[in-house]
Amino acid sequence: MTVDASGHAGAAGKAGGASLEFRGVTKRYDSGVGAPGAVNDLSFQVPAGTICVLVGPSGCGKTTSLKMVNRLIEPSAGEILLDGVNVQSQPVTALRRRIGYVIQQVGLFPHLTIGRNVAVVPGLEGWSSQRQRARTQELLGLVGLDPRRYENRYPNQLSGGERQRVGVARALAADPPLMLMDEPFAAVDPIVRERLQDEFLRLQRELAKTILFVTHDIDEAIKMGDLIAVMQEGGRLAQFGPPDEILAHPSSEFVARFVGEDRGLKRLSLRTVADLRVEKMGRPVGLPRFTPGTKLRDALAILLVADTRGGIALDEGGRPRGLVTVDAIASSLTDDPPARVGA
Amino acid sequence: MQIVAATIQWLADPAHWQGSNGIPLRLGEHVALSGLSLLLAALVAMPLGLWIGHTGRFSWLVVSSANAWRALPSFAVIGLLVPFTTLLDPNLGFILYPTLIAMIVLAGPPLLVNSYQGVAGVDRDLVEAARGMGMSERQILFDLEMPIALPVLATGLRSAAVQVIATATLGATFGFGGLGHYIVLGDANQDNGELFGGVVLVAALALGTLAMFVLLERRLASPGLAPRTAG
Ligand SMILES: Nc1ncnc2c1ncn2[C@@H]1O[C@H](COP(=O)(O)OP(=O)(O)OP(=O)(O)O)[C@@H](O)[C@H]1O
Ligand SMILES: [Mg+2]
Repeated sequence: MTVDASGHAGAAGKAGGASLEFRGVTKRYDSGVGAPGAVNDLSFQVPAGTICVLVGPSGCGKTTSLKMVNRLIEPSAGEILLDGVNVQSQPVTALRRRIGYVIQQVGLFPHLTIGRNVAVVPGLEGWSSQRQRARTQELLGLVGLDPRRYENRYPNQLSGGERQRVGVARALAADPPLMLMDEPFAAVDPIVRERLQDEFLRLQRELAKTILFVTHDIDEAIKMGDLIAVMQEGGRLAQFGPPDEILAHPSSEFVARFVGEDRGLKRLSLRTVADLRVEKMGRPVGLPRFTPGTKLRDALAILLVADTRGGIALDEGGRPRGLVTVDAIASSLTDDPPARVGA
Repeated sequence: MQIVAATIQWLADPAHWQGSNGIPLRLGEHVALSGLSLLLAALVAMPLGLWIGHTGRFSWLVVSSANAWRALPSFAVIGLLVPFTTLLDPNLGFILYPTLIAMIVLAGPPLLVNSYQGVAGVDRDLVEAARGMGMSERQILFDLEMPIALPVLATGLRSAAVQVIATATLGATFGFGGLGHYIVLGDANQDNGELFGGVVLVAALALGTLAMFVLLERRLASPGLAPRTAG
């Protein structure tokens, strides 16, 4: 399995996920003719096993788009296809049980223990209690919570970060091919958020679910997304593509402003020292050393602070591979983007 | 002090603990009719309140019933019913029906209001998360909203029970029986021992009922619903 710069897995060909497609999806909350839509003619495709992030300013229709997938909201026009089948043609509760759902407020049931919370959908699906219990323990372990310590606690005895993990475990319980995540990490502090993001990406490398992920934070979108759908006011799709492409070639003034002036630097955070063409070295003494996984953005920052002409790129075995220079880092942006899922 | 002594004396007299006007029988009467009224009221008001709380439809009904409840004194309700119930049966229509109907009717609003508030007060994000996971509306009501609303539902049952016990006591004026009978008789005979003996018995019954509901709630409510504990 290949893992690219931002820790994404080459998940193509794995059977963990289902493909998802939006076809001309529109939602008007006011039914009046010519009323402005919350979502307008949204069309895009998410290949199986990839993370697609919906990002955009507040009120641009991200949550509305997400909830049309599990039919908490019905579209006014257009269709949403899950593995090629219109979600509106499927019985609604059966559909929802095949779609994991994680929300910012987490929504754990306060009267149930953590174990019972995780087992909600398996319970609805009529699994035997032994199978539910085994699955619950497996999942708690998967999200980094010791089942013996947490299984019998109640949600009000957990920290915000722990609750979010349980929320993810609960959404994964019945092994759904699609997960909907609405700002799942927004309610925790930045350090915990970063850890949850990293853990989730690691998990996704194994599970290869198809994920529709909502955030209003462009940095989170770049980090989490194999594909990014930038939305703008009025629920329109401003741009759709891999993060590097959106950062390199914003399709409009709006997207350029939304991704920020520092989009070049953001692109560097998608690349690592391992992606870099290094220069031959003379006699390296006292230079900073970079492991292959170091993000180019961090390498650049270190070089600028250290005020040296370069640093040493190490290979997987920790042996010097060549010289990393500020120039080499800058010119890496003209190279092809690093390999990503489906690329 | 005289009253206290007289009350204790009256309560201690073994003669008052037997026969067709004995305390066990009157207590039994009071408890049985109160329990029956509470049950009937709960069968109607609670499902209605739960449904209104879950769907959010007809919530004005809850508000107006609560207002009517506050405005209507129990005694007046019984009195207003008498002319109609005596048409049905001159005897039972006076001593039994009006009080029984008032007990049922007056137990309704606290049950309705608390059932409604308990369910409507459940976090809507939680309900949407449940719906998004594929729970049916029925499952959301029974497996999510009702367990979370349980403390509020218990409060409703508690107030309704006390209301019913109080109304039954007032009904004694019309010959309803129960523990209120002693109060009416004691008053008529100017027997303070009997009058306050009745008062003490009614108060004990009401407090006992309260305690029972509190214990029941403690047993049934999930520990997860307690205020956040350190941990
Ligand atoms: N139930 C509703 N009835 C009417 N209008 C609604 C409803 N829900 C959302 N809207 C409107 O639709 C638009 C899109 O809302 P939505 O919640 O999808 O935005 P969002 O992109 O998720 O925003 P945020 O980042 O703040 O969560 C907003 O203008 C909002 O006011
Ligand atoms: Mg939103």
